[in-house]
Amino acid sequence: MSLSYLTPEFKVLRDYDKCINCKVCMRQCSFEVHSYDEHLDKMISNDMNCVNCQRCVVLCPTQALTIIKHPQTFKEHANWTYDAIRDIYRQAETGGVLLSSMGNDRPYPVYWDKIVINASQVTNPSIDPLREPMELRVYIGRKPDKIEIDENLNVKTKMPPQLKLETPIMFSAMSYGSISYNAHAALARAAEELGILYNTGEGGLHKDFRKYGKNTIVQVASGRFGVDREYLNTAAAIEIKIGQGAKPGIGGHLPGEKVSEDISATRMIPPGSDAISPAPHHDIYSIEDLAQLIYSLKEATDYQKPVGVKIAAVNNVAAIASGIARAGADYIAIDGFRGGTGAAPKRIRDNVGIPIEFAIAAVDARLRSEGIRHTISLVAAGSIRNSADIVKAIALGADAVYIATAALIALGCHMCQKCHTGKCNWGIATQDPNLVKRLNPEIGYKRLVNLVQAWSHEIKEMLGGMGINDIESLKGNRLMLRGIGMTQKELDILGILAAGE
Amino acid sequence: MLKEGYVRIPSGCAISGIIDRTGRLFSGQSITDSIATMHDRSNGLGGGFAAYGIYPDFKDYFAFHVFYDDLIAKQETENILKANYIVALEEKIPTRKTAHIKNAPLIYRYFAIPKPEKLKLSELDENEFTIKFVFNINSNIPGAYVFSSGKNMGVFKAVGYPEDVANFYKLESYKGYMWLAHGRFPTNTPGWWGGAHPFNLLNISVVHNGELSSYDTNRKYLEEFGYICTLQTDTEVAAYIFDLLLRRHGLPIELACKVVASPLWKQVERMSPKEKILYTNLKIIYGRALLNGPFSMIIAYEDGFVAINDRIKLRPLTAAKKGDMIYVASEESAIRQVCKNPESVWIPRGGEPVIAELIRDNEKEMYSTKEVTA
Repeated sequence: MSLSYLTPEFKVLRDYDKCINCKVCMRQCSFEVHSYDEHLDKMISNDMNCVNCQRCVVLCPTQALTIIKHPQTFKEHANWTYDAIRDIYRQAETGGVLLSSMGNDRPYPVYWDKIVINASQVTNPSIDPLREPMELRVYIGRKPDKIEIDENLNVKTKMPPQLKLETPIMFSAMSYGSISYNAHAALARAAEELGILYNTGEGGLHKDFRKYGKNTIVQVASGRFGVDREYLNTAAAIEIKIGQGAKPGIGGHLPGEKVSEDISATRMIPPGSDAISPAPHHDIYSIEDLAQLIYSLKEATDYQKPVGVKIAAVNNVAAIASGIARAGADYIAIDGFRGGTGAAPKRIRDNVGIPIEFAIAAVDARLRSEGIRHTISLVAAGSIRNSADIVKAIALGADAVYIATAALIALGCHMCQKCHTGKCNWGIATQDPNLVKRLNPEIGYKRLVNLVQAWSHEIKEMLGGMGINDIESLKGNRLMLRGIGMTQKELDILGILAAGE
Repeated sequence: MLKEGYVRIPSGCAISGIIDRTGRLFSGQSITDSIATMHDRSNGLGGGFAAYGIYPDFKDYFAFHVFYDDLIAKQETENILKANYIVALEEKIPTRKTAHIKNAPLIYRYFAIPKPEKLKLSELDENEFTIKFVFNINSNIPGAYVFSSGKNMGVFKAVGYPEDVANFYKLESYKGYMWLAHGRFPTNTPGWWGGAHPFNLLNISVVHNGELSSYDTNRKYLEEFGYICTLQTDTEVAAYIFDLLLRRHGLPIELACKVVASPLWKQVERMSPKEKILYTNLKIIYGRALLNGPFSMIIAYEDGFVAINDRIKLRPLTAAKKGDMIYVASEESAIRQVCKNPESVWIPRGGEPVIAELIRDNEKEMYSTKEVTA
């Protein structure tokens, strides 16, 4: 192989006045950036390997380390950017598809940040959530059109199975394999503590976590990993994964070297074998096939569990969602194009799909125009970064949101986008036992609980400001939103007015 | 400036309601005196009344009260009306010239029943048929607005102070068993008569003091059931929700009240197993019908009225009883003005409905006193 043309992306700055040669950085870095030079009696760094995960920066006892973007540039060119040139070097060297992780990092407009929220003044008193009741509970599932009661007020309506969420937030699908055992342990326990649900992703359900069943959504994806009757019946709900926002239209691939004994048992595949999720479900080539799978799963669980369908936000998302609703799904999860992933081809991640803001608005409008919106639940996913995003998502038409990247950041993720290497220094996106043990689930679950509780407090404050004391009254309440810096077309699709209107 | 219906206008208000539970008829003077006491709660930009039992001679006919901007709108409306209804009587609603009511539109009323062959063809019942007719006129004929469509009842409203509106419509000459009144304080000057209260659809009339923070959620929910919200007012939405719950879903009024001012989850947790199932189902199914935000409102239907606050009582509402007469109003003064020595006067808690119905053989009291307040 010829000389690599790639230069370091990051530069490690070490303050030698502060460095005490303790070698913590060396031991912490799975990418082998730091080493100790005995002749010089000092720590040195190989910038080439650095991914800017900042594990060394945070753990350095004397704050001797800083990682900066490497100052080396190319001759400035507005078209042939730094990334564009380097991607070509990389592909010319390897002949391979470029891999990346986490969500789309391109500078597309973030529509959440072009939407502002209303508050009450004079004509409508704002409500102080510390002094007045404020309800965040939502139920995810299929709803009857109306209640039927007899003359003695006994309910005759047969309520389809529902998921009860004490706050309209769930942890989105991340498989055991893409993230670690300890990450799953933290998510499951946090979900139980918060009265919400976490999603196993498509990698099966580890036997240790079956005890969290009532707070668990299990996925059935195209690889069918870990799916058996017990798996389905342990969970509170089942989700058919059709697509994922980070990589719509393609499948997944967990390399054999990551398939440890434990993962092999959980996924129900031989150890060391590649875990391939085909791009489509090979028993779903059309909507009627989806209906069959939905009802197969309902049959397998005696109609006791909601069966949802997760799709990526793509051009025709509204019509697809309508078909899913009519195929019998209890909820639809829609994952926007900024949604995260443990590994995706970079070009797909960065170029395929549409923003969740438009997708949720379009789906909600479509289902309303068909008069079926109130019968089904809608979950928005694909880059919910804070509580304001949640308020905006629900006002645009979602019933609840899924968060995943935010949850991982709460666990310590520093967004270096190297999940696909399996070398996560924070013990999250790795199966290396020495790395996994860095993530303490005991601490991790508390951080997750803190995050969701903090967001819930903020949601209550925003609701109170709007003069609302129940999250139900925010659903589809687009009059509470205004747009800034958008075209009329964008405003129309979002179904909101411009600020000042 | 945009006309009401194209823009949302928050308002403050005065409301009042009186019923004689025996069904005895009394003139519109009492309700006028009551609402006039609260003159300062409105600003002269909207006043109105709903009167039940005023058209006994035509009690089986829909009584349509219509505002027209011009004769073209009238002609177009009457073409549709007469193609679909047998009209027993049409006339100008009698008014009296007063100094304080200006820019009156043409105001007509029609007593009509659907033509049997049209009704049969539509495969609807006469109520659904009539709702469709009203929505059609109000959304498709510019300058025409049907503001009252019930039987043996009528709404009278205008831009002005309520006592002037009563004078304008000669309400002292009508006799009803139940009256609602409203004085409006909108936050800008739409000057449109249709925007005044009460809001009416078939036999349901609503007067409302408040602003619904949940307006858009409620509106979109109703649209899924075919309601078209032409006015962008909170009151319109409240009226349709009661129509949906009472008439189309057949809920008893007590439960309809528990939808629009639902008990909190922590209260549901404390209920008996049977009630818990009922209220959990009710909240899950009708979450989007919860009326959220500050309000006190009176909803009248054939059998009586219900007065109710939002569940944390952010607007005033007082009730009183004397014999078979039940009074509700924004302020106690408005009751004492027309009922000197009430047997009892009370301030209902948030979400606790005051239900006053005509006396019938089998009284149902089960849910009328249940506490809902947080």
